[in-house]
Amino acid sequence: MARMKFLCDADRCIECNACVTACKNEHEVPWGINRRRVVTINDGKPGERSVSMACMHCTDAPCAAVCPVKCFYTTADGVVLHSKDLCIGCGYCFYACPFGAPQYPKVGNFGSRGKMDKCTFCAGGPEADSSKAEYDKYGSNRLAEGKLPLCAEMCSTKSLLAGDGDVIAQIYKERVAKRGYGSGAWGWKTAYKETIAS
Amino acid sequence: MTMLLALGRSAIAALALAVLASIAVPASAQQPTQVNPTASSVKEDQLFRQMTRIDGRISIPDAKEGVLIQPAGQSWRQFHEVTLPWIGAIAILGMLALLVIFYLTRGMVRIERGRSGRTIMRFNAFERFVHWLTATCFIVLAISGLNITFGRQILMPILGPNGFASWSQYAKYAHNYLSFPFTLGVVLILLMWIAWALPNRTDVEWLKQGGGLVGNKHPPAARFNAGQKIMFWLVVLGGAAAAISGYLLMFPFYATDVEGMQTAQMVHGIVAVIFVAVMLAHIYIGTIGMEGAFESMGTGDVDLNWAKQHHPIWVEQEMAQSRGASQGAPAE
Repeated sequence: MARMKFLCDADRCIECNACVTACKNEHEVPWGINRRRVVTINDGKPGERSVSMACMHCTDAPCAAVCPVKCFYTTADGVVLHSKDLCIGCGYCFYACPFGAPQYPKVGNFGSRGKMDKCTFCAGGPEADSSKAEYDKYGSNRLAEGKLPLCAEMCSTKSLLAGDGDVIAQIYKERVAKRGYGSGAWGWKTAYKETIAS
Repeated sequence: MTMLLALGRSAIAALALAVLASIAVPASAQQPTQVNPTASSVKEDQLFRQMTRIDGRISIPDAKEGVLIQPAGQSWRQFHEVTLPWIGAIAILGMLALLVIFYLTRGMVRIERGRSGRTIMRFNAFERFVHWLTATCFIVLAISGLNITFGRQILMPILGPNGFASWSQYAKYAHNYLSFPFTLGVVLILLMWIAWALPNRTDVEWLKQGGGLVGNKHPPAARFNAGQKIMFWLVVLGGAAAAISGYLLMFPFYATDVEGMQTAQMVHGIVAVIFVAVMLAHIYIGTIGMEGAFESMGTGDVDLNWAKQHHPIWVEQEMAQSRGASQGAPAE
């Protein structure tokens, strides 16, 4: 079974934010929620790099570890999903998450935190695959249709890679070998306790 | 010192780079057209050596999303999963054990001369209202708060995932909404009782004699003894810490970022479990620990003999006041 991962090749990312827009559109994500975002480091200075970041679907996920109601689960593909029926919107997953992935609609008490929303690796939630209930809560389930996450699929520079961790790591390694440089797989050490030797 | 260390470290790094570069010169000389655009680029490892988290600029309106990676969540996770449950369990179970041992050895503190049948008003209706407002809020806040830390281990196996989630949802609502009357109660307690809660010389003597809890002496006390004064300050300061840290968590990003919220949660958790432990002792001494004590917050009127035994200075003051007011008429 594949172990799904994201990898952003920062040397290719042109900060077009198409991944952000595609994600919002595909899942009809509510206003104010950003499942994916592009962060530019050292903006305007020599050596600036942009990194597209969302939930990394961590190994030994911190969000799942701290959730007081255990609403998280990891699928057979290594995708970290959660149940919005169980989530109480406490905010703990956000405190623990290294990537700022958990997002909260401003609908709960005092408009602070409703039920958490985050990237699903386009894999929906606990409801029946591709059902209306699943779509309403988590957005579309592309994985169930045999497709990979839309953000990576439509990335114009193929900077953002999504898929089996071994396969995307291999693609990245080949790129680095061919072009002779690489600024590394951002977040991999934090999320998967591994790096890609380049 | 850290500056010096950092300087030293970067000097060593620069030296190492220079050595590496001198070795690498022949290799790059063979391929002069090879350009490495990443030579000056930011790198994750290098950024983490310089700072605790990686921030950047973001073009979407949500500026707080500019934090790319914040590994501090890992240590917060350790606190939430290991440290806090241990502190909580030791504080609360330890206090319960102490109280049980104390009750078994000392038993209920009796009114030595028995009830006189005459009473004296200790707390008026407003004071009792404020006390019970704060107390009921505290009990709900304590249960719903402990549920977040311990519910998963204790209640979830009993209620099942769905039952536990809906209970926790209501518990969260209760926790958030009741924080307001609780905070109001703490503020009123401060204003209402601070005049009697300021430390003075009587307290030193009272504390020296262990409050009469150890041994059979009865150190004199005014309206509040040193123990009650300490309780007052624990409630006021602990309540303030819990309220401020709690509101930082309830209104995310109004005043703090994610690291501020992690700290706020740690303060909130530690203060809360110690608060619960302290309140267990307060509930004990106000109920089964001392004969005649509950009445002060129940009906508001305590037996005169109880008052003379525990708060003789206060009784004298009250007597003098009522004599002055009603020209020698009985206190009742």
